[in-house]
Amino acid sequence: MSKSIVERAYYLMKLGRVFEERAKEEYMKGNISGFLHLAIGEEAVHVGATLAFGKGDIFVHYREHVWALAKGMSPKSLMAELFGKKTGVSKGKGGSMHLYEPLLNFYGGNAIVGAQIPHAVGAAYARKYLGHTEGVLVAFGDGATNAGNYYESLNMAALWELPVLFVNENNLYAIGTRIDRASAVKELYKKAKEFMPAERVDGMDFFQVYDAVSKAKEYIETEGKPYYIEFLTYRYEPHSMSDPGDYRSPRELKVFHDKDPVEFLKREGIKRGLFDENFVKEIDERVEEEIEEAVKFALESPEPEDAELFTDIFCEVCTDVVP
Amino acid sequence: MMERDETVVILGEDVGFYGGNYRVTEGLYAKYGEKRVIDTPIAENSIVGNAIGMALGGLRPVAEIMTVNFILIAMDQIVNQMAKLRYMSGGKIELPMVVRTPQGVSKQLAAQHSQSLERFFTSVPGLITMVASDATAAYYGLKKAIELDDPVIFLEHELLYPMKMEIQKRESFDPFRADIVKEGKDITVVSYLKMLHDTLKAVPVIEKELDVSVEVINLHSLNPLDMETIANSVKKTKRFVIVTEEPKTGSFAAEVVSKVSEELFYHLDAPPLRICGEDVPTPYNRKLELLSIPTPEKIAQQIVYWGREHGI
Ligand SMILES: Cc1ncc(C[n+]2csc(CCOP(=O)(O)OP(=O)(O)O)c2C)c(N)n1
Repeated sequence: MSKSIVERAYYLMKLGRVFEERAKEEYMKGNISGFLHLAIGEEAVHVGATLAFGKGDIFVHYREHVWALAKGMSPKSLMAELFGKKTGVSKGKGGSMHLYEPLLNFYGGNAIVGAQIPHAVGAAYARKYLGHTEGVLVAFGDGATNAGNYYESLNMAALWELPVLFVNENNLYAIGTRIDRASAVKELYKKAKEFMPAERVDGMDFFQVYDAVSKAKEYIETEGKPYYIEFLTYRYEPHSMSDPGDYRSPRELKVFHDKDPVEFLKREGIKRGLFDENFVKEIDERVEEEIEEAVKFALESPEPEDAELFTDIFCEVCTDVVP
Repeated sequence: MMERDETVVILGEDVGFYGGNYRVTEGLYAKYGEKRVIDTPIAENSIVGNAIGMALGGLRPVAEIMTVNFILIAMDQIVNQMAKLRYMSGGKIELPMVVRTPQGVSKQLAAQHSQSLERFFTSVPGLITMVASDATAAYYGLKKAIELDDPVIFLEHELLYPMKMEIQKRESFDPFRADIVKEGKDITVVSYLKMLHDTLKAVPVIEKELDVSVEVINLHSLNPLDMETIANSVKKTKRFVIVTEEPKTGSFAAEVVSKVSEELFYHLDAPPLRICGEDVPTPYNRKLELLSIPTPEKIAQQIVYWGREHGI
């Protein structure tokens, strides 16, 4: 793994962390509304997987800010979207759960649990059919692995030999329901093993995430078959801003806080001589500035015009049927 | 209900240990235990499918779908199974079950979390569709829905949960009878769920601006629909308005207007009016969101404009 990748990873993980901490603050102030699902604690998976996966398509669910940032979307347009502004990446129409940028091969952002999984399988079919070399990565939570969509997708991806990387972010909870109260098979990667190679990896450790996804990418794109990784990770915040989050024990929180992925990468990076304290300080300052600017941009951006209510429903062909 | 009848069970995502996403089932898990208040995986089609099986097996299940947006995943079980089993079995099968779910445009939850879908349920033969517009209707209505031997879709509105009110004691409550919540003699306005409350806020303005009195009807059941109460009112007022939050095209409101036109055409002194949401997916931005649905101000404005147009 090159030094520059680890440096980039530290920058992106820190950017994601500060972006979300700030989003939480702005939510409290009333500048952001609706559902806000924070991924604080899961940055190593989001950044590690995105960097290792490179250019292929990525499909995610509603906990997607850090994925979007890692894929190269600007903190400004993301923050403006959370503020519901015209300058937001979805023009203020989507909000936190609906971030998309096809130009960066980023397809959301999906508020229906598991709905993105068949999309990824279809996209992989299309890419293969059209002769693209890059595969498709789809990320979903542990909760999504108990739905029909999920099994249907594993089966079709394996049956048609499609280059899909299934990334299961097992953060142990689906809202307030712990995994052992919802899943008969607790080692989730085993639920995929009959269909494709599947493994479980520590999702708090950037290095392990990066290596696992790099290998998996190589496999799906050379073999043209699907692969499955279950990352063990944790969300430090409640499910969303409206969740009291009192179903987790302080002891459990402590175990996972002790391996905070951002702090872990910082420590390891310095220890392994990949970067030094000065670099960290520089990045931390730069990130603070960037997020400050993003919030300023979002605050100062205009609201969408009223007429925007009726745009973007169809491509131009049908606009005359809309009032 | 659960105390009286031990065949009543609840199942759904986060309904038990967690107490329900809108705290609707809070306390039930502690009181009745996990065999009767069942936490399910995120698997809506199977939640409803299981509830059907439970009803076939002798229980009275109340399946909760966290919000109506996720009920679409269960539409096969609802439309192809739940609604048709009695009919296809020549009446031999009874399905005493309820699927309850909140719906509507809440606050900035964006298109995949902000919908009113009553049109889908009311257009399926074999499904009773009830709505609870306040705590009294929720209390008596849900009890009634559980007692019925037929499958019921029971709709609530996300923004009505915070509304505080005392439950009015009622000797009898027939959900298939609409309530006249305000008497009037010049315009009949029908509504339910949150729009009922917004309509009631608009009424004083309308009455003042048009110098009329407005009759407001609250539906507890959309299918079957209490046409009798509506017809009696329209025969008196000669004017009909319906206010719903769903997008206008193909709406439940359109169905009611069709019925009114068919049955009461010669009683009408003005064309019926539908006040509905716009035909757009719900936007996240608050200003656009409010533009996409009726508000008390818009309801008043539209009825006043329509009233002036038609010489009221
Ligand atoms: C089909 C569907 N059912 C229910 C919900 C409500 N819901 C939103 S998130 C969630 C929990 C999902 O947990 P998981 O898949 O583990 O992802 P995490 O939130 O932990 O990242 C639920 C039940 C939904 N959005 N979509």
